[in-house]
Amino acid sequence: MMELSGVGKRFADGTEALADVNLKLAARDFLVLLGPSGCGKSTLLRLMAGLDRPSAGRLRWSGLPPSAGEIGYVFQDPTLMPWASAWRNVALPLRLRGTPDARARAAEALALVGLAECAEALPRTLSGGMRMRVSIARALVTRPRLLLMDEPFAALDEFTRHRLQDECLALTDRLACTTVFVTHSLYEAAYLASRVLLMAPRPGRIVAELPGTLPDLRSRTGRAFNARVAALSAAVQDLHVPA
Amino acid sequence: MTVWPRGSTLAGIVSFCAALGLWQAVVALAHVPPYLVPSPVEVAAAFAADAPGLLGALLATLSVTVTALLLATLCGTLLAALMSASRWATAALAPWTVILQVTPVVAVAPLIIVWVGDPFAAMVVCATVVAFFPVFSNTASGLAATPPELLDLFRLNGATRLQEVFLVRLPAAIPYFLAGLRVSGGLALVGAVVAEFVTGSGGIASGLAFRILEAGYRLQTARMFAALALLSAAGLAINLALGWLSRLMLRRYG
Ligand SMILES: Nc1ncnc2c1ncn2[C@@H]1O[C@H](COP(=O)(O)OP(=O)(O)O)[C@@H](O)[C@H]1O
Ligand SMILES: [Mg+2]
Repeated sequence: MMELSGVGKRFADGTEALADVNLKLAARDFLVLLGPSGCGKSTLLRLMAGLDRPSAGRLRWSGLPPSAGEIGYVFQDPTLMPWASAWRNVALPLRLRGTPDARARAAEALALVGLAECAEALPRTLSGGMRMRVSIARALVTRPRLLLMDEPFAALDEFTRHRLQDECLALTDRLACTTVFVTHSLYEAAYLASRVLLMAPRPGRIVAELPGTLPDLRSRTGRAFNARVAALSAAVQDLHVPA
Repeated sequence: MTVWPRGSTLAGIVSFCAALGLWQAVVALAHVPPYLVPSPVEVAAAFAADAPGLLGALLATLSVTVTALLLATLCGTLLAALMSASRWATAALAPWTVILQVTPVVAVAPLIIVWVGDPFAAMVVCATVVAFFPVFSNTASGLAATPPELLDLFRLNGATRLQEVFLVRLPAAIPYFLAGLRVSGGLALVGAVVAEFVTGSGGIASGLAFRILEAGYRLQTARMFAALALLSAAGLAINLALGWLSRLMLRRYG
């Protein structure tokens, strides 16, 4: 679907956020970018979204490059518009593109994340987990080909996080989305990923690719899961990330 | 304070009354001449002696103040929106806003009065210039402080610059705008008073500041105090009204 070859990003202040990143993203991948803070995960995601340009290398799409709305983006904070109700927040991408039936389609997307009842609620009346669901509904309302998620569940409690992880998997499965998911949690990577790319900082780069799981075999317990966590831990240990 | 609003209101009233009582007592016991410091009772009597005249003057000052505040709000918001919508506008206007900020604008008042013939219009222009900056600069910083992720979302969906300004930057700037509006409200009154002082002429509708000047020449100190008290009350009312407006508008924001 997308191929990055020799991609680097140096910011105006001289920070080398990414160097020589090579990766191939295939349709239906659930690719997890795993790495410590500051290793360039967000920068890489922004390059993939076209929100920033690489300063070296190139980014190629097989087939047509995505047009407006064909990429869904979920940020670490829900970043809803506090003055607008849940459905208006979800309908925003449709409204910006002048799509008809925005209200009905927003309601549909809210139903997908289990918030059909909350269409009229203001963000401040919703819990953290519910706000994140609204944010996911907003990313999915345009039925994007590619879903980019930047540490979406990092700020949630463990109970809510597990539920949202499962909902997220069910949704990307159902909508046949290709997903790139950023996290710094080994467990999250071991549970969600079909592929894991391990990253290291200074300069930000990909240091290893580790296998993930098959969709049907996903589990948070059992030998296979424990083995993946152990493999990730070992790979992280080899990184010698300076504190 | 937030826990005991009734108690704090009560405490405010008690301290105000106590201050009035103390003032009355000191003036009476120390035999301060009324042309220096009149007692509260004498001030009240001076007000009662010409209530329609003073209230009419209050109305004149308030009409200048309110007109100027509306104008300052309109110009400030439009200019801030223009600067946020176009980099060229920002580059062209930025030096002027800095000049406006660093110049003590009340000093421009005499010039405005020379330029603008009609006294009411001259006073409104003067008060507008004084009230303009806070509402403008607050709105401008509000427009610039929109969460960058929201702006990214707009770009991802191919939004136009106008959509960006109207759908996200302006609504996100409302809390900033309201804080600026409250400061500008107070300044509009200051501007109106300065304008009256500078004009210094009693027109058909001369305001409270002119009444203060006039009473000063005649050494009617109690009347000066009465006019001053009305001005404070007007300032307080403007502040409370704008506070109420912001609470009303920010209810959704949480
Ligand atoms: N706009 C920017 N300008 C300058 N440096 C930046 C910018 N964005 C990110 N960086 C730097 O690039 C590096 C990678 O940042 P980021 O991609 O946010 O890492 P991560 O998401 O993995 O925590 C960090 O050192 C960060 O300080
Ligand atoms: Mg990040």
